[in-house]
Amino acid sequence: MTLFLLRRTALAAVILLIVAILLFSMMHMIPGDPTVVALGPRSTPEMREAFREMMGLDRPVLEQLSMFLGRLAQGDLGQDVWSRRPVLTMILEVLPYTVTLALASFVWAVALGVLLGCVAVVHHGKWGDWLIGLVSIAFVAVPSFVVALYSLLVFAVWLNWLPAIGAGAPGDIAAQARALILPSFAVGLGWVGYVSRLVRAAMIEAMGEDYVRTLRAYGVAETRIVYRYALKQALLAILSVIAIGFGGLLTGSVFAEIVFTRPGLGKMTYDAVMSRNYPLVMGTVLVTSGLYVTCMILADAVTAWLDPRVRSAL
Amino acid sequence: MSAPAMKTPVLDMRAISVTYGGRVPAVVGVDLKVRPGEIVGIIGESGSGKSTLAHSVLGLLPKAASLQGEHFDLAGTDMLSAGRGTLTALRGPAAAMIFQNPMTAFSPIHTIGRQLTELLWRDRDQATGQKRERIVAALRDVGIPDPIGKLEAYPFQLSGGMLQRVAIAAALLMKPQLLIADEPTTALDVTMEAQILHLMRTLRDTAGVAILIISHHLGVIAEICDRVAVMYAGRIVEEGTVETIFRQPGHPYTRALFACEPALIPTGARRLPVIAGEVPRPGGTGCDFAGRCLFCEERCLNCAPPWATAAADPSHHSRCHRSMS
Repeated sequence: MTLFLLRRTALAAVILLIVAILLFSMMHMIPGDPTVVALGPRSTPEMREAFREMMGLDRPVLEQLSMFLGRLAQGDLGQDVWSRRPVLTMILEVLPYTVTLALASFVWAVALGVLLGCVAVVHHGKWGDWLIGLVSIAFVAVPSFVVALYSLLVFAVWLNWLPAIGAGAPGDIAAQARALILPSFAVGLGWVGYVSRLVRAAMIEAMGEDYVRTLRAYGVAETRIVYRYALKQALLAILSVIAIGFGGLLTGSVFAEIVFTRPGLGKMTYDAVMSRNYPLVMGTVLVTSGLYVTCMILADAVTAWLDPRVRSAL
Repeated sequence: MSAPAMKTPVLDMRAISVTYGGRVPAVVGVDLKVRPGEIVGIIGESGSGKSTLAHSVLGLLPKAASLQGEHFDLAGTDMLSAGRGTLTALRGPAAAMIFQNPMTAFSPIHTIGRQLTELLWRDRDQATGQKRERIVAALRDVGIPDPIGKLEAYPFQLSGGMLQRVAIAAALLMKPQLLIADEPTTALDVTMEAQILHLMRTLRDTAGVAILIISHHLGVIAEICDRVAVMYAGRIVEEGTVETIFRQPGHPYTRALFACEPALIPTGARRLPVIAGEVPRPGGTGCDFAGRCLFCEERCLNCAPPWATAAADPSHHSRCHRSMS
């Protein structure tokens, strides 16, 4: 198991290195003078020269690359172009908001998705299955910002149950939790449909297995077969897909963050791109990739831990 | 085999038919009786309806299948009118089943002990430790080494033969009146096959379990059965004691089947014998085998042969115009 995790971590490091090099190359492939792109056409030659020196752009490309990677290895993601603050510090400030939002959305998605998927399987071929299928597809099809706006309208404006904007005051856990409900629901709902379809498909496959027939041949109750046996197999089968989904949740919550005016990685990336703040863009993209890869490793580890066949092969 | 003939049958089917999707018949008008302590074999080609027949006994047919017939009695319960609750009650104590592929018959991600315990769900009052002891005893009875250690094992850690023993142990735990074995040795090698067959015979001898064994392997049937039914295109075309069927087969299909048995083919034969053509869809006019029969006559094409009893042997029946004349 330790060897397995070490191998996966090494692979992850390689992936992140490739991402870093690609990001670096992208900076250099942007047409025109990067200083002009960054500082705008009305910047003076002196400003550009100072910027060039600050970013190390006056040196040979390979030297720049090795410097960039060397700094990365030390955990230095560079400085924000405008505020001159360390990028890493800025990212670490918003990261908790992003992670809690992703986790909360994930809880919605998995809890409701698995429940709906199971109900659909128990009613396989009947109207209940059909209805859940329709609802699931609707959930997938409706963009999360529409759900965000409508849930904002209903629960924050009309009913006034939950706060409309913000993430809650720092340190006030109750307020933060309340501020999390609506955004996580809006983000998670699309995944509810997705997860329920996945669970349904994987469960139908599991229910066709020979061992299900064995259990039936001994009169074991159908609900027991569904929830004790088929569900475990189905969850194992869809775990890696769900992990990719979680990686997506960590990065794809831009709309929810904008609509609910929450700080977060998605909004930070968006703002950085719009203001051509390249060190910040590279920093957020790298951290996002890191989170994604970490999810993958975790999913593999959980699969290995749950599946005796994989576990014993390690 | 006169003693079992006197007892009330565990399984009594009369004119049972199974149709898929309302159109495709798989089993047509089957009469079958299995008495306590009797081992009955069903042989036939793939697609002859053997497995459908076996699955129908426990109500394990897919939803698309429909079952009709005159009389269908399992352990004293009418199966034609049985609802889900009745079926659940019968599965296990009345009849248990062993399947063809032991490697997939158990969940790959749950331990053997956990799954066998699950099958004992009826004994809710019994403590887990007691169930464990019963399971260990059953595993020991079927000759599994280190039965206590096997409780924590996963199916992939055991060989096919071992898993088939576990399946038999599961059946043992239920003490069923009827054990249905659907190709129980097809997935196993020859030595394992012999051991599994021996185990099943012991089960009959010690517990008086009736066994219905489905196979296309004639050696298996000859080895273990008291009585044999030959199935073709959804019908039973010949039935009799194992001696009669193997020594004096009456139906041309049975004879053709024996001619194809690899063990019986003379060495030096240049070509392996086959039955030309393939199993037709059941339910045509005339004899279903007419199209492939070497002795086909005019009447075979136009008129379905009746179920006739041999004059010399009242336990020998066949469905062929020629065997009557």
